[in-house]
Amino acid sequence: MAEFRAYAALLGGRLRSATAYRASFAVEIITNAGGTAIDVSTVFVLFTATRLLGGFTLGEALMMTGLTAAGFALADLTVGNIDQLKTYVRLGTLDAVLVRPLAVLPQLVIADLPLRKLLRSGVGLAVLIVAVASNDIVWTPARVALLVTAPLSGAVFFGSIFVLSASLAFWWVESGEVGSAFTYGGRDFTSYPISVYGGWFRAVFAYGLGFAFVSYHPALTLLGRADPLGLPAWSGYVSPLVALAAAGLAGVVWRIGVRRYRSTGS
Amino acid sequence: MIEMKNLRKDFPVRVKAGRFRREKRVLTAVDGVSLSIAAGEMVGYIGPNGAGKSTTLKMLTGVLAPSAGEVSVCGLSPVAQRTRLALRIGVVFGQRSQLWWDLPLRESFRLLKHVYRVPAAEHETRLRRCRELLDLDAFMETPVRQLSLGQRMRGELTAALLHGPEVLFLDEPTIGLDVVSKQAVRSFLGELGRGGDVTLVLTTHDLADIERLCKRLVVIDHGRVVHDGTIEDLHSRYGSRRRLVADLDSPLPPGFALPGAVLSTVEADGHRVTFTLESIAAGAAVAALVNAASVRDLSVIEPDIEDVVARLYRCSITSTAQDGSSAS
Repeated sequence: MAEFRAYAALLGGRLRSATAYRASFAVEIITNAGGTAIDVSTVFVLFTATRLLGGFTLGEALMMTGLTAAGFALADLTVGNIDQLKTYVRLGTLDAVLVRPLAVLPQLVIADLPLRKLLRSGVGLAVLIVAVASNDIVWTPARVALLVTAPLSGAVFFGSIFVLSASLAFWWVESGEVGSAFTYGGRDFTSYPISVYGGWFRAVFAYGLGFAFVSYHPALTLLGRADPLGLPAWSGYVSPLVALAAAGLAGVVWRIGVRRYRSTGS
Repeated sequence: MIEMKNLRKDFPVRVKAGRFRREKRVLTAVDGVSLSIAAGEMVGYIGPNGAGKSTTLKMLTGVLAPSAGEVSVCGLSPVAQRTRLALRIGVVFGQRSQLWWDLPLRESFRLLKHVYRVPAAEHETRLRRCRELLDLDAFMETPVRQLSLGQRMRGELTAALLHGPEVLFLDEPTIGLDVVSKQAVRSFLGELGRGGDVTLVLTTHDLADIERLCKRLVVIDHGRVVHDGTIEDLHSRYGSRRRLVADLDSPLPPGFALPGAVLSTVEADGHRVTFTLESIAAGAAVAALVNAASVRDLSVIEPDIEDVVARLYRCSITSTAQDGSSAS
């Protein structure tokens, strides 16, 4: 509890720091919101060329896009800047974080909280709402629960991917943008029905890494559609478990990584 | 309070060996350091660049995991019990800030109160004391990024002390400071150490820090302890002596000798002489000289610790070089 208050105080400090440069903060927050709008509009552009995408209509595909947009935006807003870790590792500035009586990950998350992405999560949520409105969903209590948990699970899953790919820096300081292949690449992958992807690529990304459970399966379960790839109808409800497994793995890798931290001479 | 036993830190490094090949090598930054520091001690930790000072400090504060050996601080294992230890130690890294860059100094202190869960009354008392001793009032409302280095360092010291640590680790606390700020920092640390309830370990390149503050001096080179004792020990071990410099009206009578001292230089046609005092007290030497010659001016020069340490560093470099050649 005392730790929670410490984090709350740090969050307050972060908010005051961000508003120290008001004009640039305002500009950033608006340009960032534009980014998400453009991401989503690519789905509409695709449907001007075809009526069905991987066997799904625009409305159905939009459900997947919406779940991804909301989940990713939330993850990006919270831990999206964790990839700054490679800078801290390279410069050795993680030292200052390690000598404080708090866990390393939450400290970094708060210190780098990308508040400029605030509007972005609003846009993500709006896409999800539009997607829900444009489909005739037969509402059951389970589906209502799924609609709430699916974006949250997606956020936890993407957050874990952010942490995992940032942890690369502990082993490989010049990891550069390799992690982005999984974070931003994962977002793009899950914005479309995975049935559009082929063979081994789909197998690895969707089921090997678990991206299928971010938006594809929850969307199918919400819509009550059978999976053209053959998984049972309830597979959408598995997404929180997949998210928790990813979070557990990310936590373990992160801890091992922190132990490997080498600092720099000073 | 602090125990190290055969503490060791290896860094695997990859070095270029040819156009594409990289070779793995192991760089040993700390090579079997054993030290024991009691509560209330003030220990200066010195050594040339790359000797392993900072690496040792980082293992003591839980930043780096040791490769081998044992280490305990306040009875805790620094890496495994990092957060518990953090509540009981204070750390100042001269080149890494603990403060919030964009916020006023006052805000940093307020945030640290929450981070370390310090009761309001204790926080207030400690902050007031630091504000008085370190003269912080003039820049409490200034964002940290606008502080001068000297002001910032005073802020860093305060930040490290607000939770009442039992041990204070300082990694080059006076680096880059001007004379006045250096003195402010030193006298503050001296004041702190005299209280006796804080154990103080500091690394530095500025030996004046050590002379003012630390009774005990640990010299490390190539990851090994090459000296552990008082400054006086260091002088007697490496034969540094006081010198007596005298300006004379006329050169010394031929055959003049000071028992227990060596005439080391004669300058200005014999009008300035320097004796190195081996086994004679400065007072006796002065008396003997005044009796034998007409002395215009006279001074006794304390041995220069810089010289001793420079000699020590050179010694250890040559001895390691010899080790290396005998090993190969």
